[in-house]
Order: sequence, then C-alpha cells, then structure tokens
Amino acid sequence: MRTTFPRLLQQHAARRPNAPAMREKEYGIWQTTTWLQMAERVAHIAGGLHQLGLQRGEHLIIVGANRPSLYATMLATQTLGAIPVALYQDAAAPECVFPINNAEVRFAVVEDQEQVDKMLEIREQCPQLAHILFDDPRGLRNYDEPGLAGLAEIEAAGAIFAREHPDFVQEEIVKCQPDDVAAMFFTSGTTGNPKGVVHTHFTLLNRAEVGARFDRLDSREEVLAYLPPAWIGQNIFSYSQWLACGYVVNCPESSSTVTIDLKEIGPTYYFAPPRVFEGLLTSVMIRMEDAGAIKHKMFHHFMKIAERVGPALMDGKRVGLLDRLSYGMGKLLVYGPLRNTLGLSRVRVAYTAGEAIGPDLFRFYRSIGINLKQLYGSTETAVFVCLQPDHEARADTVGVPCEGVEIKLSDSGEILVKSPGLLKEYYKNEKATREVLSDDGWYHTSDAGFIDASGHLKIIDRVKDVGRIQGGEHDGAMFAPKYVENKLKFFSHIKEVVAFGDGRDRVCVMINIDFDAVGNWAERRNLPYAGYTDLAQKPQVYELIRECVEKVNSDLSRDELLAGSQISRFLVLHKELDADDGELTRTNKVRRGFIGEKYAVLLDSLYAGKPEQYIETQVKFEDGRTGKVSATLRLMDAKTFASVKQAA
Amino acid sequence: MAHKKVGDVILDVKNISLRFGGVKALTDISFNVKEHEIRSIIGPNGAGKSSMLNCINGVYKPSEGSITFRGQTFSHMSSRQVAEMGVARTFQNLALFKGMSVIDNLMTGRNLHIRSNLLLQALRLGPAQREEEAHREKVEHIIDFLEIQAYRKTPVGQLPYGLQKRVDLGRALAMEPQVLLLDEPMAGMNVEEKQDMCRFILDVNDEFGTTIVLIEHDMGVVMDISDRVVVLDYGKKIGDGAPDEVRNNEDVIRAYLGTSH
Repeated sequence: MRTTFPRLLQQHAARRPNAPAMREKEYGIWQTTTWLQMAERVAHIAGGLHQLGLQRGEHLIIVGANRPSLYATMLATQTLGAIPVALYQDAAAPECVFPINNAEVRFAVVEDQEQVDKMLEIREQCPQLAHILFDDPRGLRNYDEPGLAGLAEIEAAGAIFAREHPDFVQEEIVKCQPDDVAAMFFTSGTTGNPKGVVHTHFTLLNRAEVGARFDRLDSREEVLAYLPPAWIGQNIFSYSQWLACGYVVNCPESSSTVTIDLKEIGPTYYFAPPRVFEGLLTSVMIRMEDAGAIKHKMFHHFMKIAERVGPALMDGKRVGLLDRLSYGMGKLLVYGPLRNTLGLSRVRVAYTAGEAIGPDLFRFYRSIGINLKQLYGSTETAVFVCLQPDHEARADTVGVPCEGVEIKLSDSGEILVKSPGLLKEYYKNEKATREVLSDDGWYHTSDAGFIDASGHLKIIDRVKDVGRIQGGEHDGAMFAPKYVENKLKFFSHIKEVVAFGDGRDRVCVMINIDFDAVGNWAERRNLPYAGYTDLAQKPQVYELIRECVEKVNSDLSRDELLAGSQISRFLVLHKELDADDGELTRTNKVRRGFIGEKYAVLLDSLYAGKPEQYIETQVKFEDGRTGKVSATLRLMDAKTFASVKQAA
Repeated sequence: MAHKKVGDVILDVKNISLRFGGVKALTDISFNVKEHEIRSIIGPNGAGKSSMLNCINGVYKPSEGSITFRGQTFSHMSSRQVAEMGVARTFQNLALFKGMSVIDNLMTGRNLHIRSNLLLQALRLGPAQREEEAHREKVEHIIDFLEIQAYRKTPVGQLPYGLQKRVDLGRALAMEPQVLLLDEPMAGMNVEEKQDMCRFILDVNDEFGTTIVLIEHDMGVVMDISDRVVVLDYGKKIGDGAPDEVRNNEDVIRAYLGTSH
C-alpha cells in the first residue's frame, strides 16, 4: 500500500468518524478525540499554518511531550507538504540551535512556557525563526515577542480559513506523494553535530505496516505514548503505526503520572527501552522486600515456579500437568495481580530495544506471562529490521529479519541492511550519507554481530568500539566494551558502566551505582549515608560491586572470544553520569570517549594501580547553574579467572 | 517580568501594635498592600513576621490599630469571617490532614463554597453530588496548575516536604482567595523546590490575579519575586519599598548583617 499520512487520516475519519483516535488525561479524566475531530483539528491547524506562510518542503520543529495537539500539528504540517521535525523536549537551548539552523526552520510549535523560553533564548542565533506557537498558554500571558502566538489562535483563524476555502485541504493532500519527505529525525550522535535523518511517507509507513502485520496489530490496540516524540521509535509506535492501523494512542497526564496512566489504560501493545522495564521491576522488588512475611513468601514461592514454567509456556513448549496447575495457581495469586500493578495486564505484544536487555530481566517478564520480545533497528532504518516471532524470544538475540529486509555481514563483521525503510539521506550531508549508504543500496549499521544457527541476529557491539587488548596476558584479545558494560548493568545495583581497554593491557571500568536500589540495600543494612557521593564510596558498597564484577569475570572467562575482556580494576564514580554534563547522550547512552577525557585523572590512576584518587568535578544543575562535587575515590582490584578453554 | 497591573490599595494596615503581656511583638506597624501585587514581609527570626500575618488573618487581635480590607475594617473579626472575605493562608509548619489524600485535603479548601447541607452530602443525593462534582472540577484545575497529578490519591503524610508545601498552597487556592497569605512558603526546601515554589507563586499572581502577601527570610528569593517589601526587626518596621530600595537601606543591612555596637 503506497499512501501518505494525511490520506490515512482522511480514510479513518471517513470510515470510522466516531471511533477514538487519541485520548489525553486532563483534569483527572481521559478526554477522547475521535478520528473525525482529529481530521477537523488537523484541517484547521493546516489552514492556520498556511495563512502564516508555511511552504511546501519547509521544515517546522515541534518541541514537547506527547500531546494530541502536537500530533495534530505534525499531521497538519504534512498536509501542507511541509516536514515536521520533533526535537527532544529536554534538550538544552543551545542543543536546539544546530537543528533549527541546519533545516532553516522558520516555524516552531512548542508545548509550553518552558519551551517558549528556550526558543526565545536562542532567537538571536536563529534569526530566521519567525513564528513560535505554543500549545499551553500558562505563564505566557505577559510575553510580548514578535511572532509568538497560541496554537489555539492559529487553529481558530484556520477554522475560518477552512470555511472560506472548503477544498483547500483536499487539494493539498492530493499534492502530497508517498515518496515525498515526511519527517526528519535528528540522531543524538555521540560525536559532532547531530545528523538529520530524512524519511519519506513510504519508508515510514512501509515499516509501520510490516511491523503491524508481523504482530497482527489492528484498530483495537491501545498504546500509551510516553517516550519523547523526537525519537523515531515513538514516531513509529504512536504515529506511523497509529495511522497505519488506526488504533488508539493515549497521552499521559504528565511525565510523572506515567505508571498510574499505564495502569488505567492497560495498553495491549507496549514498547519500552530496557531501562523502563528495569525500573518497573526494581520498584516491584523494593516493595516486595517491604511486604509482610506471608506475601513475601508467596511471591518468592510462585516466582520460582514462574521462572521454571513461564518461559516454556511462552515459547509454546509442552509443560507437565502438575506444573501447569501450579502455574495456574500462581497466576491467580501472584502473576495476575503483579501484571495488573505494573499496568501490563492486557499486553499482547511488548517490545524492548535500543539497548541489550539483561537475561534475568527478560526472563522475569516472560515468566509472568508478558509477551516481551526484542527488535533491532535504528533511526536510519525506520526501526524495523529484525523482530522476534512470538515463540522465539531470547535475551541474547534481536530476532529474525522481517519482511522486505536483507542482511549480510561485511568483512569486518559489520551488519549491512537492505530494506524499503532505509533513510532517503542525511539532510544536507552528502558525505555522511555516502558513508552509510553504498551505491548498491546497502546500509552500514556500524553494529558488529552475526546470524546464529537458528537464523536470529546477535549483536556484539558497535564496530568502531570493538577494540583489542594490547600487551599483558591477553595480548591481542578482542575487547567489546558495550558487551562488558551491559553484563554489569544487568545487576540491579549497577546503573551505568563505562569500560576501557582498547589499546591497553587490561580492562578497567567506572561504575555508577543505582541510587534507589543500593540506597534501599543500605537502609536494610542500617548503613547510614548522606547522598549519592557518600553512598558510592562506602566500603560495603564496594564489596557489593566487587562481587558483581567478579561474577561477570567468571562469566566472561567461559566465553572463548571475550575472555580477555575480564575486568581487572574498577571504581565507583562520585557523581551520577548525566546528559546535562555531556556524559550521556539524550537517549542515555554513555559517551565513552568524553568520559575518558573528563575523568582522565581517574583513568590514569586505575591503570597506575593507585588505591585512591582525589577528584573535583563541575556539575550543571537543572536550572543551568553550576556547582562542584569533589571526593576521594577508592580504586579496587577484582579477581580475574583463567580462560576456561586454556584451563581445560 | 513584564508589565502587570497593580491596582489600588486592597489591604491597609494602620498603626498595629501587638502585646503578649509585657512582650511587645509588634510596635506601631503601618503598611499597605495593593491589588495584584506580591508584597513581602521580611525580617530576621523573631522579628514579628508571623505575628503580623496572624493579625491580618484574624488569629491574633492587635492591641492597637486597625486593618482595613476593601474598605471594611476587621480588627475584630474571627478567622472564619476573614476567610469569607476572600483571604486565605498557608502555614509555616503545615497544617494539613496527614492521613487524608491530596484530593481530600484540597476539597477541604472548598468548604466555604459548599452550599448543600450535611444530610444531603452524607446521603450523596442529587444536588450534593452535582455540587461535589463542580468542586472537584475546581480542585482538578488546581492539581493541574500545581502539577501534582501523580499524587491525587496519595495520603499527604507520605509526600516529601516540598510537595506537602505545594498541597498546602493548593488548599489555600481552592478557596479562590483574593488575597493569599503565605507564611514562609520556601522554608526547609532545597534549591530546586524553592525555584518551583517561586514559579508557582508568580503563576498564581499572574494567572488568577491573586494579591499575595509573603513572609520569608530567604532574601534572595524575596527580592526576585516581590513588587514591594516591608522589613521588620524587633517588631518595628525598619524599611518599606521596592526590592532595590530596601536592599540598599542602611537599617536593613544592619539588621541582617549585624554591626559592631
């Protein structure tokens, strides 16, 4: 089916005018927008934007959380043949300058005062930014800036325009073709300026439909839109597939109510990065630790059964009658209520992607009957490259190539992809486009991996990050930093890890403890602490972390390829890595190179074998002010194991 | 901050003195509050700030002087009468119902506006039900305004201190007051919470046009958000005016920084 987003909206409005399209919780009540109402809003906003002079092919930025009005703006922009570009709503003002100037943006549609302030702050650097439209007028009453207006006013003006020009929208929609550019996504980029990934109506909708067919999604699905709209995954799940399938997208009341809203909506189709699943599980485990003895015992008893029986049931394997009965009991007493508490009672298909998921975490959700699966894809591939079929979900693979996708490996082990969903280009960056898109249509993912015996793709690390140990007892061994980091992050007490080892004689890591989990652990042991920095340096905490590190080492020693990546020394950082300090990307990935430079003192001391090191670090608070954190960090040795292969 | 409309004098405090036995808490204090402005009362500990607020609020009866609100003098009114005239307050040491949910606490703020009688309410009969829904809607707007949607059903006692302060403010707002008295709204808060609270106070003033009388001893905060400031020290007024004037006032500097005598 070759179509465009505005045409799909029209079809839904014509076929099912009164079916809900979106809901948003406001003033404590879920307010519904039907497909017809949505189509009308879109027509009015489109009329308003047209009157302001938005041109075909021009870019318009959208900054804000998931709100129906912002999604309507996206559709209105596409209706006029212009290109919506969502930016991360938590990006600092200077981070918005590049995208706005790169795409010569004249129009910004933003959520609220916070975002308006941001736009006004950078206006001098972006002189062409003529129109700033806001959704929520709160606090903006006294602003007197040229080009600043409420979206509601534009919509009202557009409604009058639409009455005077009843055929306008229809004419515009017809002009828009499937191969026209539909949206642009700026990739966070660990180095240099972000790149604008250009997608057409066809690339996005083709992938959306393939994904929908794979999991038999239809108009009855309920989805909660709670991740940043600037991220392509969010676009796919609550925009492209929303229009492709015609299901209901629910917008939470605020970012702090997501867990409550999740429970109220009970989505049937759910997507979350591993860290969200981890957060949910941690909160359950913490509450379970504080529960009464009977509940505590019951929980652990039935979770043991679930662990044994659940995954087998999910994979469609045969299970004995007795096990089936105990699992049924468990479902009644524990799994059912637990799924309900998590807000996942009705989930038919749940996906996780973006990062590797811990095997324990993955098994936990599957064991209580949640069909959690993994997928593989990126902004450049419009998400869907590989998907796990219902009965073949595994923690260490990312699934089989989905419809229309071809995969091959380059000589360096890099995964190459051919798919109808590949990006058209990087915006105004032919050099970068040519680096990733070869003439014969292969996209270079820069991921290293291989296809295993059962046809599933397995990812090891980024190609450029895979390094070599030089010198020492493991000279020349392969070093996969992310693989090591992930293994450590699978422990609930560890939040972030940065591993170093390329070109060095051994592997050392810097660790961020999970403040909630370790804080709770400390409280239960009557271990007093004053805050993150204090807790992180407690000898008891170091012991706890050392055990995790050594478990990982023993695990790695059994891996032929990666035995050399065992960790010889580690430290626990005195501050939490933060995107505001440039240590993480906006999508919360560690920027290894930057951290290595910023904490060079620590890194040198680790390799020099020193027992402790003093460091002072500047931190940026949320309000933009800066402060200093200083501490004397311990550096600790960890036991490594002889490679099992060697020993044998 | 942009141009806002400060109106006429809405609250006029004249020659107030307050004595507890032989202790003079306030001596001959006069100042006024104009409509839509943010007026702060500052001063070191024990300067008489809360006593001043309690006089305005009708909790204390001043020994001398008068307080005029919209032309009506209420030096001899009960606190309920003051509340009915449109003056609401928050408390330095929070006076919320700790075991009740955020919603219920805010609903108590609607008490003065509830018209149906106890029996109708107890039986949840038609009119009472409809009235409750209308009040709930008001309360929901306040919840939205103060961004406490995530805690609707949480017992207030379980909330962190900064949020409890916000609920306290919400309850005062639920009265739809014309004048809001805030007793150290920022006390005991961290930097981030203080900043949030400042924004809410400014927003209340801006969105609802509520006149705000604020007590605070954090000078930085006060100077940033107030239109005019009164400075008290040992129960006496030692300064009055715009933040900049007050900041440069010799007496104020002496009271805050101390001098060698």
